[in-house]
Amino acid sequence: MAYPPQYRYTKDHEWMDVKSGVATIGITDYAQHALGDVVFVELPKVGSKIETGKPFGTVESVKAVSEIYAPATGEVVETNVALQNEPEKINADPHGAAWMIKVRLTNPAEINKLMDAAAYEAFIAEKNKEASA
Amino acid sequence: MEFVNSPTTIEPRKTSLNAIHRRLGAKMVNFGGWDMPVEYPATGGLMAEHRAVRASVGVFDVSHMGDIRIMSGSAPGGAMAAVQHISMNDASRLEIGQAQYSAMLYPEGTFVDDVIVHRLGQDDFLLVINAGTREKDIRWVRENTRGFDCVVADLSDAYTQLAIQGPRGVDVLQKLSDTNLNAIKNYWFTHGTVCGLKDTLIARTGYTGEDGFEIYVPSDEAVSEMVWAKVIDAGREFGILPCGLGARNTLRLESKMALYGHEISDAVNVFEAGLERYCKMDKGNFVGRTALERASSTGQKRVLVGLQMIDRGIARDGYHCCNERGAVIGEVTSGSPSPTLGKNIALAYVPPEMAAIGTPVYVEIRGQRHKAEVVPTPFYKRSKPATARQVTKAV
Repeated sequence: MAYPPQYRYTKDHEWMDVKSGVATIGITDYAQHALGDVVFVELPKVGSKIETGKPFGTVESVKAVSEIYAPATGEVVETNVALQNEPEKINADPHGAAWMIKVRLTNPAEINKLMDAAAYEAFIAEKNKEASA
Repeated sequence: MEFVNSPTTIEPRKTSLNAIHRRLGAKMVNFGGWDMPVEYPATGGLMAEHRAVRASVGVFDVSHMGDIRIMSGSAPGGAMAAVQHISMNDASRLEIGQAQYSAMLYPEGTFVDDVIVHRLGQDDFLLVINAGTREKDIRWVRENTRGFDCVVADLSDAYTQLAIQGPRGVDVLQKLSDTNLNAIKNYWFTHGTVCGLKDTLIARTGYTGEDGFEIYVPSDEAVSEMVWAKVIDAGREFGILPCGLGARNTLRLESKMALYGHEISDAVNVFEAGLERYCKMDKGNFVGRTALERASSTGQKRVLVGLQMIDRGIARDGYHCCNERGAVIGEVTSGSPSPTLGKNIALAYVPPEMAAIGTPVYVEIRGQRHKAEVVPTPFYKRSKPATARQVTKAV
């Protein structure tokens, strides 16, 4: 699956798409592959604050529980409630329909610390090499 | 994102099928010191594997399991006496060609491991043990059989063990064997030709709650790969899937089969685990019996129950269980979504007064209490034996 060039990525495999100070956040295709079939997702409430590097939610596959870390600091303005009943969307369309939250960023300049698509792809290529070694 | 199964630094052991698993793109994990497939995402992954076993057939590499043979020494009867001494079920009730679920116990009545005891001959037994406890088990068996006239052999590395599980497992294996498999009853075994390999142990056993077979072939890599390939080929018409430890765990959990280190351990006794029907107190003395006699008269402090989540949330291994007032009263031993039921289920230890069906139990998930209730177990029971199903189909 292609990594959209306009998104920015974290080492923890979240993506962020910023438009006029509001970031849409989800997990990457690499992450959904590593998780396997997603069966459960827990997201923060609208109005709550998230903070760079701190967990804001949880995704669970049959086997594993994984925390999702905030790529930036801000206030949650919308959550993707459809994921509650259809968590499998995270496997099917992680970069699109399965976005998780929208956040009004406290400091939009934070995005500059994250990887662009090319850097992220190089990062996961390295990880895959480690895994198959 | 942070993944739970992070790689470990100690080099794990590999089964003879390791290269095949990697070629299939399996997600590998370190399980009890073994590099094992947890699921095969390229062929559908855990959920699909689970469903294949319930509806049709799946094949598992379970070569990490250990095998201990106990044979007679200078005079007959030594192996039988030794097996009776180290296991809680009554091996003297076994016919030659029959197997039983049993366990080896510490003097405290707690578990060294659970085992399947196969009676190979009049005075000849094969004990199949868990992977993670192999070295400990073998040491324990050697120590505790020292006073008996028997020979103990560790055959763990001699076999590749494949589990062919599911209602069509019999059809798949029959294509590869001239032995009449329908004549083998549940928990019986025979020796026959499989994939041209003479004298292969074929047992109608498994760890999925489904009909199926476990076969033991030489662990030579070329032979193991040949057998695996033939099973996959023979199963293609039935939609066979290679299955990993993930599906193995959800299948056994739905069927309430114990997993060492979870439902049973060196801290849990036979009564607490609810396995007393496999413990024959009347067979004579065995390691752990005295403590169990005492325990049965004093009653249990905790019992193993099945839980189903009512609130949204998945109970996981090690999560706390609370009562309505919020006091911690027990612990989840295994918890997972149930692919067959579409519910979130768990096994947990709770006090006996909270074990009645319908009792509310609260599971603490990330600091918040989530309501569950005690439900009957097993969560899943296969409806008809294989032969009855065939009859129904013919009609």
